[in-house]
Amino acid sequence: MRKVADRSIIEQLQQQIIKLQKNETLSAEQPLSIGLGTIEDSFPGNVFAKGAVHELISNSAEEATCTSGFISVVLGKLMPNTGYCLWISTVPRRSIFPNALKGFGIDPERILFVDAGKTKDTLWAIEEALKCDALIAVVGEITELTFNDSRRLQLAVEKSHVTGFIHRFRPKTENAVACVTRWKIKPITSAAGETPGVGFSRWHIDLLKVRNGKIGNWEVQWSPKGLEYPSTPLRVTGDDVSIQEIDERQIG
Amino acid sequence: MSRRIVVIWFPHLVTDRLLRKQPELKDLPFVLVITERGRRIVKAVNVLAQEKGIYENMMLADCKALVPELMVLDYDAAEPKKLLNSLAEWCIRYSPFISIELPDVLILDVSGCTHLWDGEENYLNDIHKKFNVFGYTIRSAMADTLGTAWAVCHFGTNASIIETGKEVPVLSALPPAALRLDQPILEKLDKLGLKTIGSFMTMPNTALRRRFGQNILKRLAQAFGEEMEITEPVQPLIPFQERLPSMEPIRTAEGIEVAIKTLLQMLCERLQKEMKGLRKCVLTCYRIDGLIEKIEIGTSKPSRNTLHLFKLFENKIANIEPDLGIDLFVMDALSVEDLHSSQDALWTVSGKDESVIAELLDRISGKTGVQGIHRYLPSEHYWPERSFKNATSLSEKPSTEWRTDLPRPLHILPVPELIEVSVPIPDYPPLLFRYKGTIHNVKKADGPERIEQEWWLQNGLYRDYYCVEDEQGSRYWLFRSGDYDSGNVKWFIHGFFT
Repeated sequence: MRKVADRSIIEQLQQQIIKLQKNETLSAEQPLSIGLGTIEDSFPGNVFAKGAVHELISNSAEEATCTSGFISVVLGKLMPNTGYCLWISTVPRRSIFPNALKGFGIDPERILFVDAGKTKDTLWAIEEALKCDALIAVVGEITELTFNDSRRLQLAVEKSHVTGFIHRFRPKTENAVACVTRWKIKPITSAAGETPGVGFSRWHIDLLKVRNGKIGNWEVQWSPKGLEYPSTPLRVTGDDVSIQEIDERQIG
Repeated sequence: MSRRIVVIWFPHLVTDRLLRKQPELKDLPFVLVITERGRRIVKAVNVLAQEKGIYENMMLADCKALVPELMVLDYDAAEPKKLLNSLAEWCIRYSPFISIELPDVLILDVSGCTHLWDGEENYLNDIHKKFNVFGYTIRSAMADTLGTAWAVCHFGTNASIIETGKEVPVLSALPPAALRLDQPILEKLDKLGLKTIGSFMTMPNTALRRRFGQNILKRLAQAFGEEMEITEPVQPLIPFQERLPSMEPIRTAEGIEVAIKTLLQMLCERLQKEMKGLRKCVLTCYRIDGLIEKIEIGTSKPSRNTLHLFKLFENKIANIEPDLGIDLFVMDALSVEDLHSSQDALWTVSGKDESVIAELLDRISGKTGVQGIHRYLPSEHYWPERSFKNATSLSEKPSTEWRTDLPRPLHILPVPELIEVSVPIPDYPPLLFRYKGTIHNVKKADGPERIEQEWWLQNGLYRDYYCVEDEQGSRYWLFRSGDYDSGNVKWFIHGFFT
C-alpha cells in the first residue's frame, strides 16, 4: 500500500518536471504513439519526441543513406497525408532521389528541398524553418553544430513544435549539443534467404542519448509494411523483388 | 487624351526672391544692376520701381534721374537659373514633367494630372495660391500646346484655361510678340501694320516665309498644335514611379503604412505587366513644411511581391519624421530587372499554412537565391535523371503517380561514377567492385533492370541496373553501360540504397 502511494508521488513529480521543461509534447495529455514500435519505448511517456531537435550522425555515404532512410521512415509517420517538410542541405551534398521517398510513405512533392550555400546560411535557414509552425518537420544536413547553435534550434522548436532532424555527416568531433537525442544508424547484412536477391534492408540503430529516456540499440528491418524488430534473422519471404521478377519486366 | 501644358511666368522672379529673403525691402523701389562695358545696366526691377517707369535694360543713371530714392543692388547672372530649377523641383508635386525656359518661365506638362485636384480650374488656382503665399507674382495659362499657353500667359488674361480647339480665336487677338518671334521680325510686322496674330495667320505660307522667314511658320504651327514642341524636363522621367497625394496631411505611422501599401500595389501591378522585378526602391515623402523625407530599400533579387516589399519598408517607417504632416508620397523604382512569372509563381499559394511557408521560402530565397529551392513532381520517364521534374509552384499538383514498383535508391549521385568490377559471366552482377579505393564484395544482388535510352531525347547506350549488397550490408545501385558484345563495357555506381 505504501509502495503504491510512493509511485503516484513520483509520477506527479515527473509530470511537474516535464511541465517545467516546457516540453508539452512529452506531457501525458497527448500520448499518441507515431507507430515506430519498440524504439518509442525509450522516450519519456513512450512516445517519440515531436517538437524537438534530433541529432543523427553518419560517417560514410552508406551510413548517411541509412540515416536518411530512418529520417524518411519517421517523416512518413509524422506527415502521412498533409503538411510540408523542408529538407535543407549545404550545396555540394544533397543527393536525395525524390522518387525513392514514396516508398517511405511520403509524397515527394510535399518535401521542399533547399540548397543553402554556406554552413552559416544553412544554419540560419534551418533556424528560420524551425520557427515556422506551418511546417511539420525540418531536416538539416550539415557537418558541424556548436552547442550554442543547437541551443538556438532547440529554443526555436520549443515555441513552434516543429520536429527537427539534424543530420551531421562526418563531423570533426561528436561534441555535446542541446538536441534531445543522438542517433547513429548503420547498415547490417540482411537476412539470408532461400531465394536469390537482396531482400529487405536492415539497420543497426544506436540511440546514444535521449533526454529523460533510456538509451538503447536495435536491429531493425525496413519493409514497406513498416519497421520490424526481428529477434532472429528472418527468412526472406517470397514477395521481395527477385531477379526473375525483374527479368520479367525488363523495360525497353 | 490630348496633351495639356501649363506655362507659369514669373515677371519679377529675382526681385520676388529677394523680397522673400529681405522683407524690409518691401516698400522700397529697387533695381538689380550689372556692369556692362563700363555702364551700369538695370537687369531686374521690382513692382514699385516698375510703376515709376523703370524697365529692364535701362541705364542706372537714367533711373536715378527718374527716381532719386531708388535702391540699387547687385544682380547675379546665375541666379535665375538656380531659382527656376529649385522652383521646378518644387513643382514636381503638380506634375512629373517640368521644364524651364530662361529667364523666367516654367513649363509643366500636366496631361493626366489635373483630375487629382478635381479639375483644371482648381489645379491652376492651387498653383496660384501656393506661389502667392511664397510671395511670387505669377501669371499662368493652360492650353493644349506650349505655344498657346505661352502666348496667353504673357499677353492674355491671367490664369486662363484654353480648351481644346479654342486656340485660333484666342490667339488671333494677341500681338505677334506672343509667338516668341525675334525682335527684327516683330519690328517688320509692326511696320506692316500687322498688330495681331489674327491679321497674318491666314496668309499663305509661301508669302509669310518669303517675307519673315521659316521661323514664323514654325511658331504658328507650334501654337496651333500642328507641330510637336519638345522640351527637356529638369528631372529625367523615372519610368517606374507612382505618386499618391493626400487630401489631409498624414502624420501617423498607420497612415504612412497605408500609403506605402497603396503605392506598392500600383507599382507592382505595373511591374507585373512589364515582367519586371524591383531591385531598388525609394519612397519620397513631401512634407507640408517643404522638407523631404526619404527611405530606400533594396532587394537581393528582383521582386514584385507586395507583401515582401512592404516588410522591407516596414522596418524603416520609424525613420520618417512626418512633423506637421506629409501631403505627397512618391515611390520610385530606381532599379528594375527582368523577372519572369514562373519565378514568382512559386510563392503564390492559397492556404494559410501554405502562405506562411511561402513567406518563409521567400526569406530563405532572399539569402540563397530562388534557384536553391526545389520541389519535385513525378515525370513519366524511366531514365532516372529524367524521372522527376522541378515544380514551378507550391500549389502545382503531380500530373502522374509516383512509381513505387521499381527499386530506387534514396541517395543518388548527380553524375554516375566509374567503378572497376570483376564479373563472372555476361549479364551477371559483379562479384566485387572497387569504388573510391575500397573493394566491396558483392554478397547479394538483384537485377538486371534494363533502362533504354529515350532515343527521341538522347542517343547513347542502354543501362543494366543491379542492386547489390556487400558483406557489410551496404547496398548500391550499379549499372553496366552498353552491351557485352561490343567489347566496350563500363560499370558505374549511381546511388545508395538504404
